[in-house]
Amino acid sequence: MSDAIKQATLEYATRLGDDSVVLGHRISEWVSYGPFLEEDIAYGNVALDYIGRARMYYTYAAELADDGRTEDDFAYMRSDRDYRNLLLMEMPRGDFAYSQVRQLFADVYATVMLPELLKSKDETLAAIAAKAIKETKYHLRRSRDWVLRLGDGTEESHKRTQKAVDQLWGYTHELFDMDETEQLLADNGIGVDVSKLRDAWHAMVSSILTEATITVPEDSWAVRGGRTGYHTENLGHMLTEMQIVHRSHPGCQW
Amino acid sequence: MNESTQAFREHPEFASLKIVEAITMTISQEENFMRKIENEEKIEPKDWMPEGYRKNLIRQMSQHAHSEVIGMQPEGNWITRAPSLRRKAVLLSKVQDEAGHGLYLYSATETLGISRAELIEALQTGEAKYASIFNYPTLTWGDVGAIGWLVDGAAICNQVSLQRTSYGPYSRGMIRICKEESFHQRQGYEALLALAKGSPEQKQMAQDSLDRFYWPALMMFGPHDSESAHSAKSMEWKIKRETNDDLRQKFIDQTVPQIEVLGLEHPDKEIKWNEERGHYDSGEIDWEEFYNVINGNGHCNRQRVEHHIDAHEEGTWVRDAITAYNVKKNAKKAQNAA
Repeated sequence: MSDAIKQATLEYATRLGDDSVVLGHRISEWVSYGPFLEEDIAYGNVALDYIGRARMYYTYAAELADDGRTEDDFAYMRSDRDYRNLLLMEMPRGDFAYSQVRQLFADVYATVMLPELLKSKDETLAAIAAKAIKETKYHLRRSRDWVLRLGDGTEESHKRTQKAVDQLWGYTHELFDMDETEQLLADNGIGVDVSKLRDAWHAMVSSILTEATITVPEDSWAVRGGRTGYHTENLGHMLTEMQIVHRSHPGCQW
Repeated sequence: MNESTQAFREHPEFASLKIVEAITMTISQEENFMRKIENEEKIEPKDWMPEGYRKNLIRQMSQHAHSEVIGMQPEGNWITRAPSLRRKAVLLSKVQDEAGHGLYLYSATETLGISRAELIEALQTGEAKYASIFNYPTLTWGDVGAIGWLVDGAAICNQVSLQRTSYGPYSRGMIRICKEESFHQRQGYEALLALAKGSPEQKQMAQDSLDRFYWPALMMFGPHDSESAHSAKSMEWKIKRETNDDLRQKFIDQTVPQIEVLGLEHPDKEIKWNEERGHYDSGEIDWEEFYNVINGNGHCNRQRVEHHIDAHEEGTWVRDAITAYNVKKNAKKAQNAA
């Protein structure tokens, strides 16, 4: 592996790890707050899958960095300006509709992106994708079912779902942005060219939203910045909470 | 009806004959029930059972289910602050198990002819209880370890014995639950071991958690047998298989060497091996604190129930949406079929 590729792969694994840990954390905030017990279990399950992904991506990043850092150094010792997750993942928990709509957007993204990552020449990334694809199948079935029920449920659930879609839509555009790092990896058959996935994502999301009697928003606004560390105000608070114990005891084992 | 039958029925002895008949039937049902209990056969949902047995089981099983569900809160309090990704995953998985246990136990209780909605309402009105231990706050990461080790450890002592309980669905539920609980206890102990072998601050955190949770864990076994309101009948019916004091002694005995391995100080200064009894002698529990917390004066009594009510109420519109959605889908199906 050339140095440039190695550096880019390290950065890429870190980005995907950041996406996973941030979304996993957000989902985990639901435990004991679900609308009924079965949902507490389901949320716990999905959160676990994402924390599991984060661990695999970070462990690989740590291996490539080869500087003594561990998965926990990536998760706990980097500040919000160093985090490279997509903004969509860091948006707050919100109400049940908001969380399920975000989940649908993320699950459809994973559904179109992971099969591409599975083709990666990088065996580790391909192996992570293989495991994640199986999980995502269940995640999508759940978030799709929920959006259908909420969208086409009562007047109130419909209103909340439409509002969530409108509030989150502007954060979905950067899901398909490429930069030099990702382009280099895509050109070398290691990373995914996400710019080519927008149409598939849009078609699948639109069809689910339409079936849920939800209006698909016009592309009138777009906020970007997650991959460059230019975050919303939400991430700082989230990381403060997540990192407090770890950082209060530097160098300790848990 | 002919005249002689009529005359017989009007005879005063006929009424008492009917009573005798009824009594004989009841006796045979009750005898049959007690015979099963004595022979260690399980009582199944459709079997005849005394009303008191049913009520006693509903009380105990629903209390157990509620404890699993309310127990998600003090531990859930640390999911977002778990100090490593591995610990975060383990804790998430543990809390998720607790929710699963709550589900099994609600379902098992429903076999006694009561609905989950009724059970939840009883929890929210305070009519039903949950384990008082969850009215203690989790203040540090160490408390997550202490709960796994001590609280789940105490629960296991009780639950292992309940695998032999006389009611079939409860017994089978316990067998499943025990397998997962022993993983919970190990993860708690392991988390505390990491602290105890860590920095001085971490060790202090472990000691502090042990000091705060040890006595409340002992209280989980309930009052002394002589003071326990439900014990005698529960033992007779084999709902309970071992007494509060016997189970508590088991827990006290098993915990001493575990504290030694951790290298922490035992919170009970009177703990001492008694060769003659083959058990540890221990200091007296502060029963005033026990009743005080049960009666609503713990740090979190109100918070735990309000949290449950709030989540439940906030979920109303979600549950309504499912109902509305299903009604629409069914109507559409019916229309297509017509």
